[in-house]
Amino acid sequence: MTNVIETRGLVKRYGDLTAVDHVDIAVPQGTFFGLLGPNGAGKTTTLELIEGIREPDEGEALIFGEKVWPRNRALLPRIGVQLQASAFFERLTVAEQLRCFAELYAVPLTRIDRMIELVGLEDKRTVRTEDLSGGQKQRLSIACSLIHDPEIVFLDEPTAALDPQARRNLWDVLRAINAEGRTVVLTTHYMDEAEILCDQIAIIDRGKILTTDTPRNLITGLGAAYRILLSEGAVSEEEANRLPGVESASLDNGTLALTTHEPSPVLTALAERDALHGLQVTSATLEDVFLTLTGREYRA
Amino acid sequence: MNGFMALARAQWKGFWRDKQNWFWLMAFPLMFLLLFGFLLRDAGASKNTLTQIGSVAIIDQLPPEAKTQFDNLFDVTKTTDAAAAVESVRKGDVDAAVEQRGNEVILHYSQADQVNAARVQGTLGAFVDAANVAISGKPPTFTLDAVAAEDNSLKPIQFIAPGLLGWAVAMGATFNAAMPFVTWRTNKLLRRIRLTPVRTESLVASRLLVSVAVALVQMVVFLAVGVGLFDLKLSGSWWMAIPLLVCATLAFMAIGLIAGAISRTAEAASGIANVIILPMAFLSGSFIPLDQAPPWLQTISKFLPLGQLNEGLLDTMVRGEGPGSAMMPMAALLGFAVVFGLIAARLFRWED
Ligand SMILES: Nc1ncnc2c1ncn2[C@@H]1O[C@H](COP(=O)(O)OP(=O)(O)OP(=O)(O)O)[C@@H](O)[C@H]1O
Ligand SMILES: [Mg+2]
Repeated sequence: MTNVIETRGLVKRYGDLTAVDHVDIAVPQGTFFGLLGPNGAGKTTTLELIEGIREPDEGEALIFGEKVWPRNRALLPRIGVQLQASAFFERLTVAEQLRCFAELYAVPLTRIDRMIELVGLEDKRTVRTEDLSGGQKQRLSIACSLIHDPEIVFLDEPTAALDPQARRNLWDVLRAINAEGRTVVLTTHYMDEAEILCDQIAIIDRGKILTTDTPRNLITGLGAAYRILLSEGAVSEEEANRLPGVESASLDNGTLALTTHEPSPVLTALAERDALHGLQVTSATLEDVFLTLTGREYRA
Repeated sequence: MNGFMALARAQWKGFWRDKQNWFWLMAFPLMFLLLFGFLLRDAGASKNTLTQIGSVAIIDQLPPEAKTQFDNLFDVTKTTDAAAAVESVRKGDVDAAVEQRGNEVILHYSQADQVNAARVQGTLGAFVDAANVAISGKPPTFTLDAVAAEDNSLKPIQFIAPGLLGWAVAMGATFNAAMPFVTWRTNKLLRRIRLTPVRTESLVASRLLVSVAVALVQMVVFLAVGVGLFDLKLSGSWWMAIPLLVCATLAFMAIGLIAGAISRTAEAASGIANVIILPMAFLSGSFIPLDQAPPWLQTISKFLPLGQLNEGLLDTMVRGEGPGSAMMPMAALLGFAVVFGLIAARLFRWED
């Protein structure tokens, strides 16, 4: 697969602070790519360098093999950008806003209704953007970034400020966008969001990319143990300790927790004892990955 | 082209949906027009007050038609108390007092009010001369017909309306350039626009189109109120105000862009714009006509864009000069536009 985005040794400094520190990223076409990191990690700055709205101090960013800086007007119709803070024309309604962007990209006005439908703002068509809720603004902003049917979409924390229901709805929208064959680059500081949505995740901290891989590989690569949780009394603590594959078992607050690197024989043995009631299996998460990589707890 | 029209439409709608704009760029200058218009409505036709002490034969024995003419020029009150009459002249309650002793007509005036004193002296002198001629029985050899330079419609509204219009347009164009670009820079809309394939020139041109359109709306409203309410008389080449306003919008937009580029916040930008425009309006005769102003002020106003605009508007709209009289002000305004535009282009920033 060809890489639609490539950066080579990108560096951006603000005074003494190196906001982006020798970042090399390669994003194959059609990938759902996640840039994951805590506040101030350099996610937004990295996106801005790739989108070509900031000049890098070192290195370069390429989209479709073309340099993005200085402003490359030929590339712009092929990328869609949702900025971290929604930016709209003052005092225009949802439909007028989309119309303006449609005309800026010279695409047919029929796209307006499709976008409104896509992000579920049908009943807000004639509402001014100042009167939208945070989540609605976020969705309109995404609609504006998709109006011209771009091949690559950059989304900077699109689900920040959304309630859990709206987040899930937006995830569906983002999956649909990606399923149509578009490359999606998303920044987030939600571990679960990155894990659920992304094909590829780059973890960024203090301007540096720590690692890039699929979420699965990142987690299994840790070699971390699985935890199997049972309610008290399903099996006794001593019996649990003797089950094949169990490394340790402990009773805590009415929950019996088993640790293992091989969950299958343990689960089989539990099934034989008819002890599967209320059972939960948890594996390592991206948070453990972050902890391992930085030695710090992840605080988004 | 698409992008240009889209940006222009978005800004045009956004402009009129902002009540602030309605107030500051339409209602506020119109308030001044109404205020000055009503206050100075009858100023051009004002009479001089005159106290007549005892009998003054030269006034009392005027032939009927001369008497009406005299009454049109003077409000006469009669008294016999000479001392009190002179005292009220000194206090400025009346413009002059007149008495006659034998063949000597004595006029008491106040040196504190030279303008009215001169007017009364001149007019009364003319009546005395006329009386002398009449007594001599010979027809006068020389006659003098005084004709006002501004034809006969020298009413204050003729000067006020163009001056205030110039001020309103200057304000509109400056604020319209300064504020949006600061706001758009801080709320990142400028960055968002820059991510669309629109040209920078289209962005600036769309703003210009909106500002010119706003200036023309201001002109229509001002002229409608002036003509409809205050009997404003427009002279032949008033339509030259349109190209004048276009050139002025260019110049003031460039000034606004500079103000916007050097300010971090919209408040700062509006402050800077005010500090530039308000003193300029005074120095350029927007509020007080410059005809009686000291020469140094008239010179300064020639070096101000608003001074040039006002001069051009007065020439074409009320002084009855031909369309050619707008050429110099237009050239000067375009000159300002180029100079300020180059500075603005150097200072322009997409990001904070
Ligand atoms: N214009 C700027 N001037 C100075 N410093 C900046 C500027 N923009 C960003 N920074 C700094 O660069 C660092 C990276 O910022 P960036 O916005 O890229 O972080 P982020 O990962 O997007 O964070 P968040 O999750 O809060 O959005 C931060 O420490 C920030 O303070
Ligand atoms: Mg950010």
